[in-house]
Amino acid sequence: MRVEMFTFLLTAAICLAGSAGVVLLRNPVHNALSLVATLFGVAVLFIQQGAYFLAAIQVIVYAGAIVILFLFVIMLLGVDKAEGIDRDPILGQRTAAIAAGVAILGLSLTALLSVGSRVTGQASTLAAIDGSEPNINALAKVLFTDYVFAFEITSVLLTVAVVGAVVLSRKAGSAIDVAEFPEGTTADLLQAKHDAAAVEQEVLEEVATEDETPEGEAETTEEALR
Amino acid sequence: MTSTLQSHVIAGMLANDPLLSGEVGLTTLLVVLIKVVVAFVGLLLSVILMVWFERKVIADMQNRFGPNRAGPFGLFQTIADGMKLIFKEDLMPERADPFVFKLAPFLSLIPAFLTFAIVPIAGSFNDGLDGVVTILGQQTFMQVADPQIGILLFLAMSSLAVYGIMLAGWASGSKYPLLGSVRATAQMVSYEAALGLALASVLLIAGSLSTNAIVNGQAGFRWNVWMTGLVPFVIFTIAATAELNRPPFDLVEAEQELVGGFHTEYSSFRFAMFFLAEFLNTVTMSAIIVTLFFGGPSGPTFGLTNWVGVYILPFFWFFLKLLVFLCMFVLFRATLPRFRYDQVMDLGWKLLIPASLGWFLLLVAVRVGSDQGWNLVATGLAAVAGLLAGAFLLILSIRASAAKRAAVSLPGEGT
Repeated sequence: MRVEMFTFLLTAAICLAGSAGVVLLRNPVHNALSLVATLFGVAVLFIQQGAYFLAAIQVIVYAGAIVILFLFVIMLLGVDKAEGIDRDPILGQRTAAIAAGVAILGLSLTALLSVGSRVTGQASTLAAIDGSEPNINALAKVLFTDYVFAFEITSVLLTVAVVGAVVLSRKAGSAIDVAEFPEGTTADLLQAKHDAAAVEQEVLEEVATEDETPEGEAETTEEALR
Repeated sequence: MTSTLQSHVIAGMLANDPLLSGEVGLTTLLVVLIKVVVAFVGLLLSVILMVWFERKVIADMQNRFGPNRAGPFGLFQTIADGMKLIFKEDLMPERADPFVFKLAPFLSLIPAFLTFAIVPIAGSFNDGLDGVVTILGQQTFMQVADPQIGILLFLAMSSLAVYGIMLAGWASGSKYPLLGSVRATAQMVSYEAALGLALASVLLIAGSLSTNAIVNGQAGFRWNVWMTGLVPFVIFTIAATAELNRPPFDLVEAEQELVGGFHTEYSSFRFAMFFLAEFLNTVTMSAIIVTLFFGGPSGPTFGLTNWVGVYILPFFWFFLKLLVFLCMFVLFRATLPRFRYDQVMDLGWKLLIPASLGWFLLLVAVRVGSDQGWNLVATGLAAVAGLLAGAFLLILSIRASAAKRAAVSLPGEGT
C-alpha cells in the first residue's frame, strides 16, 4: 500500500470518528474533544494536499484557540454534565435539524457524484501549486496584492468584534449597583455584616469560656510534663 | 500525484521531505528512522540528566547534598524515581472522567516530543554547507524534519500542550486540580501571544519559517539575539518561562494554594508522564531559544568538513548554548519568588504583548525604510516617536481604567 493511501485512510477514520463523536457523545467536554480530533485529522489531510500553512493554522487557530475557548466556557459555566435531550429547547428544532442534515448530505453527494469522473487524486484541483516556493510566500503575495481589501476589512471586522465584546461585558457606570442592596449603601451593608460577624464571634467566645476548665487542666498537665 | 508532490521538494534533498510523500525508498525510511530514534533517546537521556542537574544545583545553592545515593554523584536518582513511580499503585478518583483522565498525560507528553523534531542539533553551516549532511548516501539535515511550516509547528504543539493540562484538571473531578488547570490555561494562552509576537521579529529577519533557514541565516555570529535588538529575546525568554509553567510563573502548582495543581490526583506512571513532559518542555524550549536567537549548531568549524566538522563541533556548540539556557532555567527556579496571579496577567497583557508588538513594528519600519532607500535615521526616529505616542496612550488608558475602578470599589477594601 502506498504511504499516501495509508495516511488518508487513517486520517479519514479519525475525522469520521471525531465528527460522529461530536454528534453522538452526551458529555459536552467529550464533544469538544471529538471536535479537536476531527480538526486535527483535517489538518493532516491538508498536509497531504500540500497545504502546509493551512494545516498549521488549522491546528493553531481552531484546535489551539477556539476549542480551548469552548472548553473554558463549558468548564466555567459548569454545564459539563450529560445533557438531557428528551425534548427540544426550541419547538420543531429536531425536525429542522434532520431536514437540514439530509439536505446537506444529498447536496454533497450530488456534487461529488456529478463530477466523479474529474476526481483525479492530484494534490490540488483548483490552484496549481508552484513547487518552487513555499505555501506561505505564495499565500502572502496573494493576500497583500489581489485580496488586500478583503484581508484588511476582515481585520477591521475582528477589531469591531473585540471592541463590541468588551463593551458588552463591561456594564456602564459603576461596577457595583448600590440599588441592588436593600439595606442602604454598600458601606451600611458591610457594617451590618461586620456586626453580625462580631456577634457570632462573641457567642463562640462564650462557648469557649464554658469549656475552659478541661482546657486549663490540660495545660497544667503539659506544664507538669515539661 | 508523485510528480506534483515531488516538485515541491527541493531538488537533491529528498530525505528532507519529512512527510514521505511520493515514492519513498528504503534508505530514506532508514535515515528517518535513525533520526527519530536518535532524537527520542537523546531527548529522554537529556531529561534524565536535566532532572538530576536541577536537583543537584538547587541543593548546592541551599547548602544540601542533593541526590547522592543512586549511582556516582546520584546520577541514577531519576531512573530510581521513575522505577518507583512505575511500581506505585495507580489511583483514580471516584468522580473522575475515566477516559479523559487517562488521555490527558499523553496529550501533555506527545507535543513535548514532537516539538524537538524541528530543532537542528548538528551539521556545519560554514563553507556553504547549509547544514546538509550525508547519511547512507542521502543528503539530509541533522533534525528529524524540516517542514515548510517550520517554527509554526512549535507554536501548534505548544497550543496543543494546553489540552493536557486543562483536561487533567477537569477530568480529576476535584476542586484544586480544576483551579490549577484554569490558571494554567489562562496563563499559557495569554503568554502564547507574546511568544508569537517575539517570534515574528525573528521571522522578519530570517525571512523564512524553516528552522534550518533560520539557523543558516545566523551563521558567522549574525545571531538573531542582536540582529533583532535583544528585546524580542528577552520577551521570548520571559514568555517561554511562563509557557513552561516554571518558576517564577509556577502558579499552576503553587503548593501553598493548590496542593499540587492540575496533577494533584495523579499517581504512579501517569504522574511520571506529567513530570517527564515538564522537563521535556524545558529542554525543548531551551533548544528552540538557541535555534531562534543563538544560531543553533552554527559556530566555528575551523575549516573541517569531515565528521568532526560536521557532527562533533556543531553538536558541541549546540550543546554548550543549550546548557547556558538550562542553567538559566534552574537559576530562575532557585532564586526567584513566585509571582501573584494578577501580576502574571498584568505583565503578560500590559507589558509583554504591547512591547513585543511595538518592537516588531519598529523593526518593520526600519526594514521597509532600508528597502525603499529612505533615510534610516529619520525612519527610525519617526517610528520611535509613533511608538512612544502609542505607549503614552496605553499607559494613560490603563491609569484611567484603574482610577475608575478605584472610585467604585467597596469602602474598606483598602486602596
